[in-house]
Formats: sequence, structure tokens, C-alpha cells
Amino acid sequence: MSSDNPKLRCRGLWKVYGPNASHFFAQSHDKESRIKTIRDSSHIPAVCDVSFDVPEGEIFVIMGLSGSGKSTVIRCLSRLIEPESGTILLDGENLLEKSKDQMIEIRRRRVGMVFQHFGLLPHQTVLGNVAFPLKIQGLSISEQTNRAQQMIDLVGLNGREQSYPRELSGGQQQRVGIARSLASDPELWLLDEPFSALDPLIRRQMQDEFLRLQKLLNKTIVFITHDFLEALRLADRIAIMKDGAIVQIGTPAELVSNPANDYVAEFTRDVPKLKILTAGAVLSEVNPQKISAPLEGNPTIENTTTIDQFLPILIRSETLNVANNAGDYLGSISVLDVLKKLAEETIS
Amino acid sequence: MNSLHQRKERFSLFAWVAVAIFGSVFLFQRDLADWVTQYPEAWTLPAATWANIGMDWFVDHFRWLFRAISWLLTWPMDAILGLLTWLPWPTTISLFIGIAFVAGGWPLALFTLFALLYMVGIGYWTESMRTLALVAVSVPLSVLVGFGLGVSAWRSERANRLVQPLLDLMQTVPTFAYLIPILLLFGFGPVVGMIASAIYACPPMVRSTVLGLQRVPEETVESGIMSGASSGQLFWWVRFPSALPTILVGVNQSTMAALSMVIIAAIIGSSADIGWEVLSTMRRANFGESLLAGIVVALIAMLLDRITRGFAQDNQRSKRAFSLSPRLILGIAGATALSFLLLSLSVTELSEFPDQWVFYPAAQINAAILFFTVEFGAALDQIKNGFLFFFLLPLRIGLENTIRPFTWGFDLTLTMKISYLIACVSLSLLGGYRYGWRVAVAIGIATVLLYFGIERMPWPAMVALLVTLAWQAGGTRVGLFTLAGLAFMLVTGVWSLGVRSLYLCFAAVLVSFIIGGSLGIWASQSDRVSRLVRPINDTLQTMPLFVLLIPILMFFQVGEFTAFLAIIAYAIVPAIRYTEHGLRHVNNEVIEAAIASGCTPLQILWQVRLPLAIPEIMLGLNQTIMFGLAMLIIAALVGTQGLGQAVYVALGQANFGEGLVAGLGIAFIAMSADRIIQAVSAGKKRALGIK
Repeated sequence: MSSDNPKLRCRGLWKVYGPNASHFFAQSHDKESRIKTIRDSSHIPAVCDVSFDVPEGEIFVIMGLSGSGKSTVIRCLSRLIEPESGTILLDGENLLEKSKDQMIEIRRRRVGMVFQHFGLLPHQTVLGNVAFPLKIQGLSISEQTNRAQQMIDLVGLNGREQSYPRELSGGQQQRVGIARSLASDPELWLLDEPFSALDPLIRRQMQDEFLRLQKLLNKTIVFITHDFLEALRLADRIAIMKDGAIVQIGTPAELVSNPANDYVAEFTRDVPKLKILTAGAVLSEVNPQKISAPLEGNPTIENTTTIDQFLPILIRSETLNVANNAGDYLGSISVLDVLKKLAEETIS
Repeated sequence: MNSLHQRKERFSLFAWVAVAIFGSVFLFQRDLADWVTQYPEAWTLPAATWANIGMDWFVDHFRWLFRAISWLLTWPMDAILGLLTWLPWPTTISLFIGIAFVAGGWPLALFTLFALLYMVGIGYWTESMRTLALVAVSVPLSVLVGFGLGVSAWRSERANRLVQPLLDLMQTVPTFAYLIPILLLFGFGPVVGMIASAIYACPPMVRSTVLGLQRVPEETVESGIMSGASSGQLFWWVRFPSALPTILVGVNQSTMAALSMVIIAAIIGSSADIGWEVLSTMRRANFGESLLAGIVVALIAMLLDRITRGFAQDNQRSKRAFSLSPRLILGIAGATALSFLLLSLSVTELSEFPDQWVFYPAAQINAAILFFTVEFGAALDQIKNGFLFFFLLPLRIGLENTIRPFTWGFDLTLTMKISYLIACVSLSLLGGYRYGWRVAVAIGIATVLLYFGIERMPWPAMVALLVTLAWQAGGTRVGLFTLAGLAFMLVTGVWSLGVRSLYLCFAAVLVSFIIGGSLGIWASQSDRVSRLVRPINDTLQTMPLFVLLIPILMFFQVGEFTAFLAIIAYAIVPAIRYTEHGLRHVNNEVIEAAIASGCTPLQILWQVRLPLAIPEIMLGLNQTIMFGLAMLIIAALVGTQGLGQAVYVALGQANFGEGLVAGLGIAFIAMSADRIIQAVSAGKKRALGIK
């Protein structure tokens, strides 16, 4: 993960709705006064000065409630919506400076997108839908079919190639949407609330499926959701949005243990702490003075292990050695340390 | 907020009181001045003459262009006409059955077989093929033009703003009025009917193209963009196929409109098609003949409807549902057709249906009708007179003038007048007390109209009443639009004709809506009734309007009552449909909540379903009025007085100006009614929070 040259870099992105949206950007303003000017002239600032980096292979989740501007951000990344100001660098090339034809080429080869309500073509079969991006590129029929079939197998829909979207369940339809978005092997994979329209059980299944695919394909991913738990489950890093602006960016553990403000804390309140807090997080609370050599005979766990995972071991031996993934000893934690950490998290 | 509402209410009440005072002043001073009862001729403008001068100039300068188009169009038409009349009848039948099978499977194929056998067996084969040929040329024409217009209206907001009012006008200006300029510009001949029908069939195609393209889900379009579609690919591979089901519904409606216009265009003659056959026999009062020909028209209508609708729905069905592939079926049908063609070279019965095989029971039907009318003449007369004396006449010339010993069996005495007044006032007060002042106003107006008669209302009172109604229901713009329409009728001198049309249409719509609404309620409660009513509605709605006149004409002869019944027969369909649909499609959760609160079925109907269905029922009323006005024009054939008759007469004289003025009068009535009711329906929807 080299953060100097991220796969995707978004800087100072603004989207304003209203008749004279562009004219707020003629002069330079600081963020707050610009938002105020925009609001005062009854325009709507949908995205305000959003910046983030996504390194190659990362799952970057943007989480926010409805109206927070998260869907607008992902549509600006692919220029389905034209932002008023900002830069979007994909491998260092600014997408906002690309011509219409260049954008078509980029969408064909380098960016794939999945939609909340699937966006399938009702008159095409599963095979036809998955092959659609390939057909548009003018590939031969046999190439289209081969590649589409691979994708259909990948998402586990073989046998349903000739079905029409209306004959499939929601989960199956979204598998088609996923297969289609992957058909031309994009580097950047955008997912706009892909599982929000599905039932909870199916949603869970699809999240597992998504993680399995990512392990296999290692794409650079921007994933939109309004579900904080989903974000925690899937994300390498999360950005929380409110009123068009990013409130906090961090790993799931960082957000839970260090919410930037009350708004973020409100989300983390109901999070099952046991599943988020790791041995490393507990260790950080322990007085470094007390760390000495590893205690002989006690089991050793990795610092990324979550509490619910090491709790059964802890019950048996009361103190655990913690090491990083290279095996270096970091310290020891006891039942009391875990309790202290949990109490602190719950009370604050 | 609340005080604003109260102020508005008070203002409305004040407006109505003002109208009442204004109206009564004129009503009781009728004898004071002539101009009160009759709009003076000196105040009119010779709009018709001006229009004629303009049209003459236009024809003189541009006739060559239209004649050229007309000449161009004769080529494809003659080709298809020649083909359809030249092909041996068994060949044509085989081809049609093949197409019908692909569109709708066995049942439709079988129906097609019987329908075509009827046409050939009754001896109307050539006439039917002529009609089909006209439709076959005009439909592709209007589908192409309609699609093009639809796409441009969808693409650009400016084009849309240009096209929408044009469509409104095209669908409300009476069909006969269309024919006059077309006649003047394109000349005579069957091609004129075809052009008229192509123009008439355009609006539904435009509308469904716009609607279909607008309704493509945003995400589907975005998914196309994200797949890297160029703008051409995006339109033809994503938007168009997604919109296709809706567009095909438009094709179906266009086809039906084209057929109905082809039939109506028979009125300018010279096409020798089945429409002409119906019309000419009807004019000679040969009802047996016109019934037999009318059935052909009805069959063609049903055939075209089922086939085009079959293709429209096929698009939404799964393609694997077919056991036989369409290509195979068409192959078989083609082979059969070809073998019949070859056979017909040696077997003359196949190339030309022999006369001695024709079964033409017109004389028998005529005898039966004669027997029936002689036997039950008294009963029929009683029905007719009952409606005339107790409903139509009071509405038109008022109770004051209707009640005579000859009609009601007694004269109107002063005591009766006073009792009527007292009854009306107390009814109005009671209504006002229980349901608010609007009901009191409505009852008051209704009783006044019934006493004096719509036709005898002084025009200033009528204008004030209608404009206030429109303004109260639909806001300032609708009020002004109505005012403009009424002023147009006054200034062009067609006011009294307009009132006559308004009265007949009002009477028929009232009856249609009451009967149709009741049937709709019944059908919403009983699946059996619903199943029974649906095919009847379908048939009535697809029927070209002419045909509906025949059975009524057979029993009640020419006259206003026949027109009244014909309008009801057609206008009742939307009243039934919308009422049933509205009642059945109330949000299910609300119904469940009502059941859970312990409502009886009747309480659910009256207190839950009906109030929630009112916006939909209002739209039904709107359609009832539109259907009523459409039929009003056709009913001019069986003798009405009013704008419809004026248009019909103008057509006969090829008088563009008169036709235009009278036609626009009807269009104004239709558009005002439409805007008023749409506004009320939208307001109700908003109040109920229904999307």
C-alpha cells in the first residue's frame, strides 16, 4: 500500500445542484463560507470538498444516511454526474479532463459499476446482460459468450444463462449485475449500495460472496452503503459522510475506538464491540511499563484477532501473549485488561 | 395556514354568492332585453369566412405540394390494395392465421379463421380487403412519424412543449373536422382517407413513445453508460428495447385509431370499402345490410386489436413459453398459402369466392326487425318518450316548459311552482347543513337549471357559472382557459349550438356515469360480474363508433334519443373500467387495517375504498366525457342538433371555416372539461397523499 501513488485519488470534489451551480467556483473560498453562500442562494451543495485516496486492492467503503451525498460521489467518480470542481485521478490521470470518447473507452475497459436496483436490461437474458459490455465493445459473439460464461460461473449462476431478469430473485439479479460489471475485467470497481435492496439473509450471503470474489480478483473498490455494520464487515477503510462532506476516514477499528465526533459515535454505539476490538487495541490500553518477556506456557495470539475470537482461549488461560503477524512479541493481556477496555468503550 | 384556508373558503363562498346574484338578475330580467337571451349577431366576428379566405389562399399556393404527397402515397397503397385483392382468399386466410398464431396461439388463430370465413362467406371479401389495405399503409406511416415525433419530444423540452398541445388539439378536434382540410388539400380518392387516418393515428404513438422513453429506469441507463455505450448504442440497445413494451402498446392504439378513422373517412366516399358499405346502407335504412357489414368492421377491429396486442404482450412474456417456434409456424402458414395460390390457378372457386356460396341473410334480418318494431313498437315508444319527457326535455328547456298535459298529464300551477321552490330551498339548506356550503350551492344550481333548462339560461349567467366552476376547481389558469373557450364560441356565433351539444353530452355523460359507476362498483365486489363485464367493455371500446349506431338505430330510428343512447353505449365503458380499477386497487394495507378495525364489507366499500378511489373515478369521469364528445360527433349522422351536426354539415359542403369553428368549439369544451377534472383529481390525490 503506497499512499503516494494510490490507484484512485479524489481531491476537493464539489457537486452543487441549482441553475447557476458553476458560478460559486469562480473565486476561491474556504469550504464553510462556500457552503453558506451556496445555501443562501437556494442551491443545494450535494458534495462538499470530498477528498480521499484508495490504494490498489483496497475496499474503500463510503457510508452515510440517505441525502448524505454518497451516491452522488460515486456517480461523480464515473462521471455519470459532472462535478462542479475537483480532481479525480485514476492511475494519475484526471478523469474530469477526459473527453466524451475517452470516457467511453475508460468505462469500457477500466471501470465497472454495480447498482442498487441492478439496472438490468429487461429484454435480455442473463447471458445477454452479462455479455452486454462486451457486445458494445464490438467483440465477436464467441468471445462475448466465452467471457460472459466465465463471469456467470464466477458468480454461481450457471444453469440460469437463458433466464430473463424478471424470472430471477433479487439476489440472483444482483449476481447478474456483478457479473456484468466484471465482464471487461475493470481495475476500478464501483458498487452503489449493491445489497441494500436485498433481504437481510441474502444480504449476508452476498457480502460473503463479495469478499470471496475480492480475495480472488483483488480489485480497487469503492463501495457505497447506508448500513454501518455492512461497512464494518467489508471495509479496509471507511469514510463516513454527512450533509455532503466526509466526517471521518479510518479503519473499522479506528472508527469504533476513536469516533471523530458525536455523529460517528452514534453509529458505533450499537456495534458489537467484541467483533471489532482486537487484541492489539486491548494491548494499547495496557501500561507499556508492565510489558516484559512473553509468559511461558501461555498461548500466543495475533494482534488482529478480535475479542470474540480469542475469548474462549482467554477463559482457559487468563493471560495471553500477543504477537504481530511476523511473530514479534508485543505484550500480554489479561481478562482484566479486556474488561477495562470494554468498559471504557461502552461508557464513553 | 389555517386562517389562510378559512380566508380562501370565505372568498370562494363569496364568489358563488356573487355568481348566484349575477345569474338570477339575468334570469329574471330575460324579457328586458333581447341580448340577454340571445347573443346578438352584431357582436360576432365572421371567423368562419376569414378561415375560409386563409384556407383558399393556402390551397391555391400549396395544393401542388399536398397533391404530390398524395400522388406519392398512391403507389404503396395501390400496390398493397392490388396484392390483397389479387391474392386468392384461402391464401390470405392462411397467412393471417399464421400471424395470429404467433401473436396469440390457438384461440386467436381459430378466431381469425372464423372472422375471415365470415367476411368471405357473407360476400364482403373485397370490401374488407380494401379497408385492411388502407390500414396497412396508414399504420406504418403513423407509427414511423409518431415514433420520430415522440423521440424528438422526449429529447428536447422545447419540442415537447410544441408537440403536447398539438396532440391535445388533435385528439379533441372532432374527426369530421379533420377531413375538411385534408379533402381540400389532398383531393378526393381513397388515399385521402388513408392520410386522414395516418394523421389521426399519430397522437397515441407519440404519447407512448415519450412515456416509454421517460420511464426507462435511470439505473438501467446508467448501467448502459457504465458499460461504455456510445450515445447511439445507448439509445438503440438500452433505452429503446427497455421502452419497447410501452411503445408497442402505442402501436396497438395507433392501429385501432387508424381503423376507426378509415371507417369514418368512408363518409367522404369513393373508397368502396366496408365503412362505405355500412354508411350507405345505414343511410338507406337497410339495417339488415348495415348490421352484416357492421359485424365485418367489428371483426376487423377485434382481429387487429388482438393481434397487435398479442405482439405487444409477447415482448414481455418469456420466449421459451412457446412450444412451437414462430418461424416454424410462419413457414407452415406460408407453405399452405403458396399451395393454395398454385391450386387457385386451376380451381376457380379458390381464386374467386363463388357467388352461389355466399350466405347473405339481410332480407331475413330486415323482416325480423320489422316484426319486432311492429310488435313492440308501443313499448319502445314508451321508453323513448319516458326519457324524453322526464329527463331530456326538462334538462334542455326546463320543467317550466316541459310540464304540459301532453307530456306529464297536467299543467304547472302556481302552487306547484311554489312547492318546487320550497322543496329546492329546503333540500339545499339540508345539504348545506349536513355536508357544507358547496353541496348547498350545487343543489341550488342543479334545481335552477332543471327548472329553467340549460338551453334557456341567459348566456351571461351561463358564462359566469361555468367560469366560476372551472376557476374554483382548477385554479386561475383553468378558469381563464374556460373563459377563452366560451368567449370563442360567443364571438364566432356558435354559442347556441355549443349549448345544445353541452346539454346532450351532459345528459348522456350523467347517465353513463351513474350506470357505469354502479356497474363498476358491482364489478369491483364480484369477480363473476367483473369477468362478465370485461369482454363486453373490450369489444365496445375497440369498436369503430359507426357500428355502435346500427343496433340502436334499428329500434329507435333517427333522432336525439338514438344519439343519446349511442353516446351512453360508448361513454359507459371508461366509467365502468375506472371505477372498478380504482376500487380494486386501493392500498391493501389500508383495507387490512379496516378489516382489523372490524369494518363490515359494506363499510369498507363506502368508507374506505370509495373515498380513496375518488381520484381514479374522477379520471374515469374525464374519459367518459371525452368518449361522450367523440361519439357526439358521430351521432350527428343519426340526427342531433349542435356543434357535431354543424361539423357534419360543413363536411358535406367542404366548408373549411364552418367546420373549423364548430370543431374548435367542441375541442374547447373537451379541453376545458379535461383540465377541470384533471385538476380536481390531482387535488384529491394530493389531499389523500396518493402518488
